[in-house]
Amino acid sequence: MKKYGENAEAIAALVREAEVHRDVYVDPEIFELEMEHLFPNSWIYVGHASQLAKPGDFITANIGRQPVMASRHSDGSIHVFYNRCPHKGVKIASEPCGNTGKFFRCPYHAWSFKTDGSLLAIPLKKGYEGTGFGDTQANEGLSKVKNVVIYRDFIFARLSVSGVSFEDYFGESLSTIDNMVDRSPEGKLAVQATPIRYMHTCNWKMLVENQTDTCHPMVAHESSAGTAVKVWKREQGDSTETPMAVQLYGPFMSPYEFYEQSGIRIWPNGHGHTGVANSIHSNYQDVSGYLDQMVAAYGEQRAHEILGEVRHNTVYFPNIMVKGAVQILRNFIPIAVDKTLVESWVYRLVGAPDKLYERALMYNRFINAPTSIVGHDDLEMYERAQEGLKSNGNQWVNLRRLYDGHEEQDVTAVINGTSERQMRNQFHAWAKFMTMDMGKRIEAAE
Amino acid sequence: MIDEKDIAEFIYREAELLDTMQWQAWLDLFHPEGRYWMPLEWQQQDPVLQPSLMYEDLLLLKVRVERLAGERTFSQKPKSRCHHLLQSPRIVACVPEAGVFKARTSYIYTETRGDMLERYSGWASHDLVQVGDALKIRLKRVDLVNFDAPFGNIQLFM
Ligand code: FES
Ligand SMILES: [Fe+2]
Repeated sequence: MKKYGENAEAIAALVREAEVHRDVYVDPEIFELEMEHLFPNSWIYVGHASQLAKPGDFITANIGRQPVMASRHSDGSIHVFYNRCPHKGVKIASEPCGNTGKFFRCPYHAWSFKTDGSLLAIPLKKGYEGTGFGDTQANEGLSKVKNVVIYRDFIFARLSVSGVSFEDYFGESLSTIDNMVDRSPEGKLAVQATPIRYMHTCNWKMLVENQTDTCHPMVAHESSAGTAVKVWKREQGDSTETPMAVQLYGPFMSPYEFYEQSGIRIWPNGHGHTGVANSIHSNYQDVSGYLDQMVAAYGEQRAHEILGEVRHNTVYFPNIMVKGAVQILRNFIPIAVDKTLVESWVYRLVGAPDKLYERALMYNRFINAPTSIVGHDDLEMYERAQEGLKSNGNQWVNLRRLYDGHEEQDVTAVINGTSERQMRNQFHAWAKFMTMDMGKRIEAAE
Repeated sequence: MIDEKDIAEFIYREAELLDTMQWQAWLDLFHPEGRYWMPLEWQQQDPVLQPSLMYEDLLLLKVRVERLAGERTFSQKPKSRCHHLLQSPRIVACVPEAGVFKARTSYIYTETRGDMLERYSGWASHDLVQVGDALKIRLKRVDLVNFDAPFGNIQLFM
């Protein structure tokens, strides 16, 4: 029984001004529609150009359900294609990353493709003479994803042929990526570590919402961050220096007032970030030599400007979160309505002291790993939510905190840091990108 | 004089303490400078500038142990349990004069919680040092065969 199908109205009705219906998290049909509409209509993170350092380097990814790959061509350009042989559909690349040399070769019948995706050769080419092969889509080689933008080495793609442009989609929100890149004295990031991968048995949107949920850390993480602070107080003896580990755990336990004052900024199309005035990343100990490097590279004033920006979590709708101050990107990859693969990537600030990279890696394993106690706290809540939402007692999820009844949509604003407005902002965007191409399809079918 | 048999006994004893959740006794097996390390890369050499699943000193291990019993540790309601199935440790080095004791042990580890049951396979490498009459853990390194897989929660110790 299809309830939502191409029914834009029914989907829009799942999102009220400050509530969402539980079906957005638990209904498998909604999940399929997200894969078919929301993800193709959005700009999705594919990878980082530093993963494609040399010609022939490639990475694979999924956009919604669709397998794609990105490669570095011999002329230095980067291309994104569907990871599918034009002959019989075999996946061309099966590994997360690698180097293919001068060309891709399909393992089934050895059709080969240049690293820009174009068809290079087919064995027994004669067999296609006079068959009209030249007019087929297969003759063009690997199907290209046409809408690709590489912004400061971050590769984004939009599968839908038409839709919102990259600039209109992200707008000012790109300032978080700018800040993260600018934190390198050379203005360059590099991926050198494999991501930490963590399987979550819950809907992907729960993770995205949690990135700007500032009323849970002091509650849910009392068990981990709270215990860390408690044990340190007891064990520190006469040590005057707080270990890096305690510096990273401690701020999670900040009180509500701290989060209220640190603020949230929202942007159009569902993007937004916590930590406007200050954040849990504000008070890490200085790493010796780093400020000097930054001043040398950018000048006194600009260096302080860059380092003074300590945004906490920036959500890039729909499914990544960027943490500039510790150089982390989390990719929430939807697998099923109740299954999400989380990949947490660390970028190295090129030219900066090793200590900063050490800190970023440490943060990633403390907070984002399947072996992270902070992660255990969060996942437990998502799993309980996934279970609890089956209840018919109340079918609506409440997002009303600091709702004033006159919210404008698709605007930029700075608000109280404990507001649920960023979640409302996301769901407005969710309904928009879910339904924006539905009418058209129905018309086309008629 | 510590011999190869003592090293093997130590490793069995450690697993037993984990399986019976005698956490404090387990922590007592560590040298004050001891580390527990779970690499995230194949034959990883560097725990600091390469990514790991865990790299914890005694302070952090204490936090974990204390957390397991916490009133507000919701991911431990219900509690996890674990089971270690060890192969005989292969003694890599036993040089009492130099204070060098190393072993590598192949194992299957099971962690359960509620109706969930997860299995992991790997190798534990122990670097031990002698303190008084006793052996202490300087480094316990846990290499999973599928370190790069996306796991759910791993809450106890392998
Ligand atoms: S399926 Fe790729 S060459 Fe035949
Ligand atoms: Fe959290």
